[in-house]
Amino acid sequence: MKRLLAIGVALMLGSFTAGNTLASDKVLKMSTTTSTEASGLLDVLLPALEKDTGIQVKVIAKGTGAAIRDGMDGNVDVIFVHARDREDAFVAEGYGTKRYAVMHNDFVVLGPANDPAGAKKQADVSSALKAVSESGSLFISRGDDSGTHTKEQDLWKQSGIPVEKKTITVVKSGKDVEISTIRPANSDAWYVSIGQGMGKTLTFAEEKQAYTMSDRGTYIKYKFGKTPAIDLEIVSEGDEQLANPYGVIPVNPAKHPEVNNKLAVEFAEWITSAKGQKVIADYRLEGQQLFFPDAM
Amino acid sequence: MDLLFDSVRSAIGLLLAFDSELVDIVVVSLRVSFFSTLFGALAGVPLGFLIAYNQFRWKRMVITCLNTLLALPTVVIGLLVYSFISRRGVFGSLELLYTQKAIVIGQLILIIPVIISLTISAISRIDNRYRTSALTLGANNLQVAWVICREARFGIIAAIIAAFGRVIAEVGISMMLGGNAKGFTRTMTTAMALEYDKGEFVLAVALGIVLMAFAFAINIIFNLLQGRTNADTV
Repeated sequence: MKRLLAIGVALMLGSFTAGNTLASDKVLKMSTTTSTEASGLLDVLLPALEKDTGIQVKVIAKGTGAAIRDGMDGNVDVIFVHARDREDAFVAEGYGTKRYAVMHNDFVVLGPANDPAGAKKQADVSSALKAVSESGSLFISRGDDSGTHTKEQDLWKQSGIPVEKKTITVVKSGKDVEISTIRPANSDAWYVSIGQGMGKTLTFAEEKQAYTMSDRGTYIKYKFGKTPAIDLEIVSEGDEQLANPYGVIPVNPAKHPEVNNKLAVEFAEWITSAKGQKVIADYRLEGQQLFFPDAM
Repeated sequence: MDLLFDSVRSAIGLLLAFDSELVDIVVVSLRVSFFSTLFGALAGVPLGFLIAYNQFRWKRMVITCLNTLLALPTVVIGLLVYSFISRRGVFGSLELLYTQKAIVIGQLILIIPVIISLTISAISRIDNRYRTSALTLGANNLQVAWVICREARFGIIAAIIAAFGRVIAEVGISMMLGGNAKGFTRTMTTAMALEYDKGEFVLAVALGIVLMAFAFAINIIFNLLQGRTNADTV
């Protein structure tokens, strides 16, 4: 942790001094998900990038929904997110030029050590979630429209448990737009949607000794890289449905002329090159490989 | 400007539709703020009265400390209370964290200094002749206190209004101690913070407009309580 902090401080100081003296035109604005930043990957990836290409990256870490929104509004040059369907929609609607497949990691379903729902015994993630829902044990949902939340909603849909769709209507540019979320039906007593980041969700689930879903990186960090560590354990993992691919998408300069597309493409090409992919493959958190390169 | 336009229309739409999620959020907000303000007033007004009414050695020091507490950041209060009531904390077994009670506890720490401080200034402003006349007319201590409080009611209720405004608008404590759990501890302000995080700005601003509408309605009620005073004629 101390080491990470030191790297962080060094990075900040570095960007201050370097930014003022040289190459201030090679600054790339990137919105990304909290999981890439919290996992510590960016702390090794970005210095390697700067060494190779001179590109400095200004990182804005948010939920995937907000990161994509930043891209749509032209606030950033590039986005680095994980929600496959929405990334494809982002490109299809002309907000992004092209999706670069970068890497993947996976999600895990977590629960208290004594596993009151018996989810560990289940063969796959669908039946594990079913066991949780039938036991009435608390389940904590991100509920923040993030990539993890998107995945969780997909998993409930695929598990065969009856789900309910909640839709509200708001006005955007004078037109009615519907925003909907999916959750298990009649789950008011046990399904808690807290609308916060992954770390906060883990702390919440730990406090309530409840089930939840997390990306593996954040879980490892809270389980092995933190004192006091959380007690929650993995109750379901390895299912194909739990794979979590990350993509990089440069924002389309045709929509937002002010974005730096050239730099964004240079970044995307570096991160999918042999060099960038090696940094990703070599990254270890508490001795465990977190991300698996997708571009090689 | 579009954002504001869309937001106003969305707010009206949500209110007219009596959206169940919105109703939940508003109810939680009002409930928590009501109890915080109620308990805060029950503790703060008598304390403020005692400090203002009595002469004692460290009075100025006490008042300075109270005024300093007005600057206490909600995040600090949140952290402090969190460390006591989390599962590993001293009061962990009470399972208070992420409940409405936890928010009320945090908000009390926030507003009791506000109420004490404003009550002191309301009472200090009352002419000492009220006290002496009441005494010469044969009033006992309790009756004197009643006379003074009645004269100071405008200022005391203003203190309570300020406290209510502070708790209903506050986001740090509600987020840290309540946890923004939908239907349980999601308040208007934490819902706004969430919608901002999601990138749903329209919804965030719409919620803000709803909050202001409720604050207006509640202030009308307070205003009736304050009654007619000199302030009306100014």
